Amino acid sequence: MILAMKLVWFEIKFSYLKEKLFLLISTLILILSLSCNESGKETVIDFWGLGSEGEFVKQLIPRFEAQNPSIKVKVQMAPWTAAQEKLISAFASDNLPDVFQLGNTWVPQFAQLEAITELSSQLPESKIIKKENYFEGIWDTNVLDSLVYGIPWYIDTRVMFYRKDVFEKAGFSSPPKTWDELYQLSKKIKASHKGEEKYAIFIATNEWANFIIFGLQNGAEILKDNNTYGNFNGEKFTEAFSYLTKYYRENLTPLGVSQVTNVYQAFAEEYFSIYISGPWNISEFKKWMTGDLQDKWMTAALPGPNENIKGISLAGGSSLVISQRSKYKNEAWKLIEYLSKPETQIDFYHLVNDLPAVKEAWKDTSLSNNPYMKAFYEQFNYVVATPKIPEWEQIVFSKLQQYVELAARNVLSVKEALQKLDDDVNVILEKRRWMLSRNK
Amino acid sequence: MRENKVQIERKDFSSGISAAYFFLAPALISIFIFFFIPVIAAFIISFTDFDIYSLGNYNNLRFVGLKNYSDLLNNELFWISLKNTFYFVIVASPLSISVSLGAALILNSKVVKLKGIFRLAYFIPVVTTLVAVAIVWRFIYHPRFGILNYLLSFAGINPIDWLGDPFWAMPSIILMSIWKNFGYNMIIFIAGLQNIPEHLYEAAVLEGASGWQQFKKITLPMLAPTTVFISIITMIGNFQLFAEPYVMTQGGPLNKTLSVVQYMYQEGFRWWNMGYSASIAFVLFIIIFIGTMLQLRIQKQTA
Repeated sequence: MILAMKLVWFEIKFSYLKEKLFLLISTLILILSLSCNESGKETVIDFWGLGSEGEFVKQLIPRFEAQNPSIKVKVQMAPWTAAQEKLISAFASDNLPDVFQLGNTWVPQFAQLEAITELSSQLPESKIIKKENYFEGIWDTNVLDSLVYGIPWYIDTRVMFYRKDVFEKAGFSSPPKTWDELYQLSKKIKASHKGEEKYAIFIATNEWANFIIFGLQNGAEILKDNNTYGNFNGEKFTEAFSYLTKYYRENLTPLGVSQVTNVYQAFAEEYFSIYISGPWNISEFKKWMTGDLQDKWMTAALPGPNENIKGISLAGGSSLVISQRSKYKNEAWKLIEYLSKPETQIDFYHLVNDLPAVKEAWKDTSLSNNPYMKAFYEQFNYVVATPKIPEWEQIVFSKLQQYVELAARNVLSVKEALQKLDDDVNVILEKRRWMLSRNK
Repeated sequence: MRENKVQIERKDFSSGISAAYFFLAPALISIFIFFFIPVIAAFIISFTDFDIYSLGNYNNLRFVGLKNYSDLLNNELFWISLKNTFYFVIVASPLSISVSLGAALILNSKVVKLKGIFRLAYFIPVVTTLVAVAIVWRFIYHPRFGILNYLLSFAGINPIDWLGDPFWAMPSIILMSIWKNFGYNMIIFIAGLQNIPEHLYEAAVLEGASGWQQFKKITLPMLAPTTVFISIITMIGNFQLFAEPYVMTQGGPLNKTLSVVQYMYQEGFRWWNMGYSASIAFVLFIIIFIGTMLQLRIQKQTA
């Protein structure tokens, strides 16, 4: 009896399923036939953007499609967190889009993977994209063994965000130009907060960029022998590293990262008055520095080790790259050209506040009249790329930051920390040494 | 005649088995494809130096034998992560089981009103996404604005940087993880408690047993199978500690909250040292396996 009932029920369910299946198949056929019709005259290219860039770039696409009726662009947004993992997994499963956004420090990794194509067949003939239209240091991040793999899309770098009022109270009418001035100023600010738990500057132990910037400013060669051995223990980097650890030892910067859950609020409260950071923070600082504080902050180019050396910073931002396995490289290139036109770059700046990579776009009044941008424009002329090897992120994120924390907390001396850092880095670079020795 | 019958029965039996296999086949095949094959692949990979270079070109793959395993055993960070994980397992597991049992006992007693609401309230953290929980707890633990330090200030205790202090970071993670997870075990304990026949307690009351005696002589022994189950899944779960430190501290400060799984994740999916990462997975597997065996044996002996 029960069995019979079950059978009947099954029968009903199955007929229901059949109906569903039929519907599904017929829709599929419909979709397929439609897309077949379309593909006759149009090429569809896939474009992946990251985070808000991926979201807002959609608004720029209709104009491109109007100018190029034969090309349709399918934009997909991937979140910034775990973006690299996603892209590499997509590469491993042969699912990379035709054209995509890549943080410019990731270019070496994807070039090594043979995931992205070098652009020498497109670049020389282009009327829109020319090397001289870009800041030299930024362009260089896309170049490997004199081959160009990506075109800068938007750029960033780190400058000094500071409290004007606090600087003036400490007797500084203009921001510090040298390391020594920065140190003296920090000591004065700290002294003015006597008895309060407040600091002069925020050098986060989990932001490796600070340490690399000061090292590079001092002329350190961070990796040696064709980037196959660590050289953190070298004289120049040691000097810069000791200079920065001084800030921790003398209590000029907060030690724990968790003490500062909200940098903007802390900045507004004078918990610290100097912060080295990038343009992505400008709108946030504006949001927090309101009322009386509105005109109490400014940006400045970074100080240098002494009067004669300009303080350099890191060349950051994102590039646009083309997948090596793309069937539509020419169409993808057209999209990159479109996104690199000065007017598109300005529109993009208005949409997401990302700084344009093309120098021409900086003549637009929305940028040239913006007081906070002056420091960035100045700094972009003095930016350099970090060593261009796939292992770089592992070296700085997992190793450098680990030893920075140990040195900052005085668990290890500067000398010990840097020696151990080099040992670890040399282990990471073993594979690279093996590969280079095999290629010889 | 009799022989014949046996044969028929056997035939029925065997055809039943093949029918069972037939119906199990979809599940078995998918388990084989999506579980066993990857496990075998990972085991093979753990003897190679599979990394980002090999992902692009298999010619860059080297067979390294047991090197990953020996590197692992010589790696300071691995031992740190192992130590942290054991710290977590040994402290958090018994604590979380006792909290679950306590909550279950209270919610199962006849005096408590509004059981449904309390049961729901205790279970909500289990189903809340960890990221949301972590944001709330980060504020609770905040050294300057956190409510925990505020409450402690009444007792005259100076503010503690809960997540930033190397000593306090792990206890903070343990506290949060117990709060988040005890509801799950509590539900299982309640089910176990409801399976204990009422007449046992009635008999005990007639004999004049106190509440504590009832708990010790009736509740605990009757709950033993449930407790074995719970302690094994809790231990296995705790060995796989990952999400809590990942969202709260990223393994810091000074790697004091770095767990084995997090170390494995970092090596594998952030730095793409797949071979090395696979070897970590197998070492962890062996540890959990030994832990489970030990626990089963101990429970068998005491029973």
